[in-house]
Amino acid sequence: MKQRKSLWLLLAPMYVFTLLFVAGPLIYMFVLSFETRAETWGVIHEFTLDNYKNIFQPVYLQTFAESFRLALTSTALIVLIGYPFGYFMAKLSEAWKKRLMLLLMIPFWTNSLIRLYGWIIIFRANGTLDKILMGLGLTDAPLKLLYTYPAVVVGMVYALLQFMILAVFSSCEKMDWSLVDAARDLGASPAKAFLTVTLKLTMPGLLSGVILTFIPSMGLFFIADILGGNKVVLVGSLIQDQLMKAHNQPFAAALAVVLMLLTTAMIALYKRVTHSDELEGVL
Amino acid sequence: MKKSRFRPSHIYLAVVMLLIYLPLVLVIVYSFNESKISSVWAGFSLKWYKELFSDKDLFKALWNSIVLGAASSCAAAVIGTLGAVGFTRVKTRTKGVMEYLSMLPMMTPEIILAMVFMAFFSLLGLPFGMTTLILAHTAFCVPYLYMLVRARLIGMDPSLAEAARDLGAGEARVFFDITLPLIAPAIASGMLLSFAMSFDDVIISLFVTGVGVNTLPIKVYTALKTGVTPEINALCTLMLAAAALLVVISSVLGRRKGGGTR
Repeated sequence: MKQRKSLWLLLAPMYVFTLLFVAGPLIYMFVLSFETRAETWGVIHEFTLDNYKNIFQPVYLQTFAESFRLALTSTALIVLIGYPFGYFMAKLSEAWKKRLMLLLMIPFWTNSLIRLYGWIIIFRANGTLDKILMGLGLTDAPLKLLYTYPAVVVGMVYALLQFMILAVFSSCEKMDWSLVDAARDLGASPAKAFLTVTLKLTMPGLLSGVILTFIPSMGLFFIADILGGNKVVLVGSLIQDQLMKAHNQPFAAALAVVLMLLTTAMIALYKRVTHSDELEGVL
Repeated sequence: MKKSRFRPSHIYLAVVMLLIYLPLVLVIVYSFNESKISSVWAGFSLKWYKELFSDKDLFKALWNSIVLGAASSCAAAVIGTLGAVGFTRVKTRTKGVMEYLSMLPMMTPEIILAMVFMAFFSLLGLPFGMTTLILAHTAFCVPYLYMLVRARLIGMDPSLAEAARDLGAGEARVFFDITLPLIAPAIASGMLLSFAMSFDDVIISLFVTGVGVNTLPIKVYTALKTGVTPEINALCTLMLAAAALLVVISSVLGRRKGGGTR
């Protein structure tokens, strides 16, 4: 039995670390969400449901609704832009696939703040976009798009588009294209072949892309912060405010628990629908 | 292989690619702008780079980010690799739960991780700073290492390790002489990915850092919120160059060893 023991040693770091620094914090978050906030600072260990009741205040419900709307808008746009991209990319020659992948990876590995900063330059008053539009005579005054809702949507789409592209691409790569040919041979129109064969077979990629973009877009508060000023408040911004400014840890925890449940539900639904264990194109 | 004839879809790919690169190009172009106001082009200048290189705070932040990225990707490499190797050998009922738990940071919105780490670390009374940053970053890097190494192990021929064992090699010897060299490319690309993730992270870092400990992204975030000087453009340009270099290195690594990230 000596051998088995040494094998357990291999697993020890993972068990210790995961239990202590993943399970521990998550369990604490759950506990915290049922505790009472102290008058000034910190937490009193007293059971309460107030934090959850608090969420149902109109202000906070509205934040959830707005956040949801933003996430939906961004995700829809990402599907519209990213799906064709991933699909067309999978039809390129091997050499071009590699080149395009490399080109996609560079922004992906670049700091997301840098990429946002580029959009500030574009959107700000008298920025690149205004100059182009005014130069073309399409508008005659600066649009002042920075710190508006559309700017935040663009920022979200831009920050998360790659996830969709990679997910759809990896799904298209695995697809057996001869099935599409077969459908066409049997008389299906290109549109019908796409809808009944391609779309169905790449659904795991598409859904995985939706999850990978929808979930973060509820929480990426810094995008709303930088491109939206204070006008767009996400669930993420709310959690940050409660934690950093209001020092209301229990309420922040309750918000996080709700967001976490939403996330888990979406992933569970994904696994149910696609009968797969892992998200497509995560790595 | 299909012939790469021109198709209308290529225009679409090109246009989207251009849009993806447009903001990056603008950041680079304006880093050479003489004027402080980025909406005015006042001629070519390298002065922002000079200013950047004399900014000690920024270099401190850069150093912090490098230390943080290196420490957390190394820690994650040890935990993730040993975990993946261990799970291929040990049959245990807790495997499923454990795998799920250790993958959770990848599936959880960053804001939640940030929140739970902040609350938990203050519960433990850990001093906020580099230690808490490394712990938090390690937690979200482990899944990448684990998944990549596991994928590599699954594709590996188990008879190699068995043969070594039959020939009398001990477990440690088998691991270091057979398994490790075979999974090394996966570990390398996992560590690169982890480093990039850690180097990029704003949300979690903002929550678990301590007073006076800035990472580069925190510094950039603060600058973007308060007011930007082209110095930030210059910094961004250099970071972009570093990212491009990393991608090229990892793709070369991946090609040579025929594995790692897809």
